[in-house]
Amino acid sequence: MNATTKAPPLLALKGVSKRFGPLEALTGVDFEVDAGEVVALVGDNGAGKSTLVKAIAGVQLCDEGTFFMRGTEVTVSSPKDATALGITTVYQDLALCDNLDIVANLHLGHERFVESAARFSGYIDEIEMEKSSLKLLESLAVTTIKDVRAHVASLSGGQRQAVAIARSLLGEPSVVLLDEPTAALGVVQTKQVLNCIRTLRERGLGVVIISHNLADVFEVADRIVVLRLAARVATFDVRGVSHEDVVAAITGAEFGAAPNEPKERT
Amino acid sequence: MSEKEHDTQVSVRGVGGTVRRLGRMVAEGQAGSLLVILMIAAIWIFFQVMNANFLSPANLTNLMLQNVAVATISIGVVLVLLLGEIDLSIGSISGLCAAVMAVLIIKHNVSPVLAVLAALATGAAIGLFTGFMVTRFRIPSFVITLAGLLAWEGLQLYVLGATGTINMPNDFVTKLTSTFFSSLIGLIIAVLAIVFMCGLAFLGRVRRRRAGLPAGPMRAQAIRIVLIGAVIVAAIVIFNKDRGLPLAVLIVVGLALAFAYITQQTRFGRHVFAVGGNAEAARRAGIRIDRVRIIVFVVASALAAGGGILAASRLLAVNQSSGGSDLLLMAIAGPVIAGTSLFGGRGSVWSALLGALVIGSIANGMDLLSLSSSVKFMVTGAVLMLAVTLEAATRLQRQTDD
Repeated sequence: MNATTKAPPLLALKGVSKRFGPLEALTGVDFEVDAGEVVALVGDNGAGKSTLVKAIAGVQLCDEGTFFMRGTEVTVSSPKDATALGITTVYQDLALCDNLDIVANLHLGHERFVESAARFSGYIDEIEMEKSSLKLLESLAVTTIKDVRAHVASLSGGQRQAVAIARSLLGEPSVVLLDEPTAALGVVQTKQVLNCIRTLRERGLGVVIISHNLADVFEVADRIVVLRLAARVATFDVRGVSHEDVVAAITGAEFGAAPNEPKERT
Repeated sequence: MSEKEHDTQVSVRGVGGTVRRLGRMVAEGQAGSLLVILMIAAIWIFFQVMNANFLSPANLTNLMLQNVAVATISIGVVLVLLLGEIDLSIGSISGLCAAVMAVLIIKHNVSPVLAVLAALATGAAIGLFTGFMVTRFRIPSFVITLAGLLAWEGLQLYVLGATGTINMPNDFVTKLTSTFFSSLIGLIIAVLAIVFMCGLAFLGRVRRRRAGLPAGPMRAQAIRIVLIGAVIVAAIVIFNKDRGLPLAVLIVVGLALAFAYITQQTRFGRHVFAVGGNAEAARRAGIRIDRVRIIVFVVASALAAGGGILAASRLLAVNQSSGGSDLLLMAIAGPVIAGTSLFGGRGSVWSALLGALVIGSIANGMDLLSLSSSVKFMVTGAVLMLAVTLEAATRLQRQTDD
């Protein structure tokens, strides 16, 4: 499913800038993700990661910059636009309803109805929804969830993340943005979530993860894009780069001598 | 993960396992209705020991009729509580709407059916106002309905005018609570209800199996049906020993059934739970949360009007204290005692009926014992405090589990 080298990237951003009053949150940042690729967006707090992701998700518009989807210029001026283009976001807070079960959460806002019942009665087709929930979780290789009728409140952090990721896939997106998917998770649960992300890649989706955890980034990402002080300062292929190189790029090499020259500088 | 271990421990067979599982269910609030039924049983046994008339068919029928107004209002309260909101104006709305109905019938010669519809519409309009204020101006429902509590009561006094009391003639309205079905019809209704219940359960199992999904334990479902069926039969037998099945009870149970269906089986109900559970998540899922809120306030206020009409029907009059005194507190306390959360997202329409039964039984029993209002208020208050404490403890338990 990997895109050929000639094909334009699945999603590309060119020259994205955003100011908050006197503060420059992003200055002329380019960004791109291919189909079947996991790109990690790393950087220190305030480097502009969230601003970039919010711009892609259409939650917060950027001041300048053009978006391309498979080489065609597109506009993303609202979350609806992003969804319509097949861009979906899993936020750090997951936005799940603890008091509802997994089936209800997966289909929230997109409930299915029994065909025979009058449409206006709003009678929910629980059976159809349960079947599609099982299928969805299975396709993500989520094996730890035994009962899709369990309330989300009773799930572990990793399971909740898996449910949130599964829900983002309902609209058949092509790009998935994950905000800190492994924050506050234990070792085993982190593994589960990373497996989930690998499944997304295998399905040919473009995946963008924001993470502070470099160990996780190295385990799952194909490319690492480093933001520092509102600018993109480096891009690494995960193969053939060390933790130190990435940390140096994130911090601006304040710790000791400059390491290997990054591939690009802006 | 420790939770998983805990689960396997609990599922160990034997009496100890069962007791521990029951304890855990109670702690998680799953056994809420079971607990309430035990509470009702304890209350009934206590008052029967104190006064041999308590469990007589005549008194039990009266007990039910005394509670239909509160139970109706409580159904609306459950909907509002599910959203995580509160409506303190429902008592006043019930009084005002009953007054509107009475004035239309007596002073303007409007036909009773039209007057009832007008009262319900008045309630709905007030709900629309409340919902609008809550969603448009982000005024906490607590505050806007507290203002409504006073304002609608004032309007009620104004509508009633100088006389202050309007007696209801013996017609459509009073018949709502003074009509009883014959023994035969009562039995037919009971049989139909049980057949309907079995049919639904059977169809549900068939559909699930056909879809290749596990149908769940049959025994638990069977036990549930047998228990509910037994309650229905017992109720009809008791009603038939007195004057028969009251129409008002049928109305309230019908309302509860309708709203249980809406909350549990329809998209709108699902969205009510979602807004109460996590409003931000619901909004991001594309649910028009303000619309859900407004509709719930409209429905709850209309149900409050319905409760007011039933109260007027039973009292045979509407006066300045209609919808006043402890009606509001009873209507909110009932569902909370029976397990509906004050914090939104958890609860059931049935808690309105069960809660009304708990509070109504205590009130009725204390009346039989000729206790003074002071004692009655203190006892009811203590029961409410106990229930809220239990709910808060359950909530804490849930949070530490996560």
